[in-house]
Amino acid sequence: MMDEPSLWAIFINASLVNNFVLAYFLGICPFLGVSSKRETAFRMGIAVTFVMLISSMAAYGIRALLMAAGAPYLQLISFIAVIASTVQLVEMFVKKFSPTLFRALGIFLPLITTNCAILGVALFQSNRQYSFIQSFVFALGAGVGFTLALVLMAGLREKLELSETPDLVKGATITLVLAGLLSVCFMGFAGLFG
Amino acid sequence: MTTQRNDPVPVNDFVDGVLKRNPVFVQLLGMCPVLAVSNTARNALAMGLATGFVLLMSNLVVSLLRRWVPTQVRIVTFILIIATFVTIVDYAIQAISLDLHKALGAFISLIVVNCLILGRAEAFASRQPPSRSILDALGMGTGFTIALLSLGAVRELLGSGSLFGVRVLGESFQEWTIMMLPPGGFFVLAAWLLAINAWNSRSFRPPTVKEAV
Repeated sequence: MMDEPSLWAIFINASLVNNFVLAYFLGICPFLGVSSKRETAFRMGIAVTFVMLISSMAAYGIRALLMAAGAPYLQLISFIAVIASTVQLVEMFVKKFSPTLFRALGIFLPLITTNCAILGVALFQSNRQYSFIQSFVFALGAGVGFTLALVLMAGLREKLELSETPDLVKGATITLVLAGLLSVCFMGFAGLFG
Repeated sequence: MTTQRNDPVPVNDFVDGVLKRNPVFVQLLGMCPVLAVSNTARNALAMGLATGFVLLMSNLVVSLLRRWVPTQVRIVTFILIIATFVTIVDYAIQAISLDLHKALGAFISLIVVNCLILGRAEAFASRQPPSRSILDALGMGTGFTIALLSLGAVRELLGSGSLFGVRVLGESFQEWTIMMLPPGGFFVLAAWLLAINAWNSRSFRPPTVKEAV
């Protein structure tokens, strides 16, 4: 990693080169669970991106506070507490201001709490000591990458349903092989900022 | 689980977690660390043990507190309990081996959101006495560690020709670098699932032609 990466580099890095799902394996559960229809996959991606952005900003504030208070060991506990309450807040907010969006996101919002990609963004940005703007761009890139991986996977699985597969590999096995192939493809981006 | 409530031999709690309800191979829970840190056998073992410890302690505490935690806030309480033990593990690993801590990176902290741990707290420990919760945690932890280790061993063997850092395959062995890289995780897990499916389907009567049609 470069010392002072540009914003563009951070974005490309988080979304393509080190895609959260395919390179860091964060958010595998929704990736394998929700990605059977493109429509739902896209909505899930949007919801996750939204929460990522908000919790990333919150995490930046917390880190600054904890550093000032000299209590870095509270970092993890406060991150997870903030993410859980952010999800709750976002849910109430969306419900109030856009019932259409709320219905569209449906069950996905509460599920996001246990999505490791969200906590992953908060942890990575603190480990790498990103500034506020950098954190924001990083979270945006991670969200875009997550959405991209989910939608691509959903497209593949829609095709898969129409094709004949042996009984032995049906379900999780073939999905994992697909994910592996997708991951190989994303490795092709590795040279972008080498 | 509820069907076993009156089971006089809670040893089943342990065996189930290792075999019949193996968290990784059967329930497909906690996949993120499974795929992410299983690139060498050593990382896999460390991750398995760390997760097992958190699982054990959080199951114990959740089970002890089960009468006092109000239902509405139970999930948040569980997560905070888990986060406490994960922080302890994080600092312990940092103290024991800085190399290991670097290799595992943020994935130690990410044990918090491992669905396996929260799942056991919610589905088992919050309803059972401490003794059974401990057995359940030990079983699930062992099952998780075995799964991680079987992935890590295969990936390290094929990816660098060694096991626990000791070279076992001869010099002429051409490393499959891809096994150490992210795609290898997906492929090896798929291969294990395939092997287990094949093994399971062996023990059943093969379907007759009529059924197959």
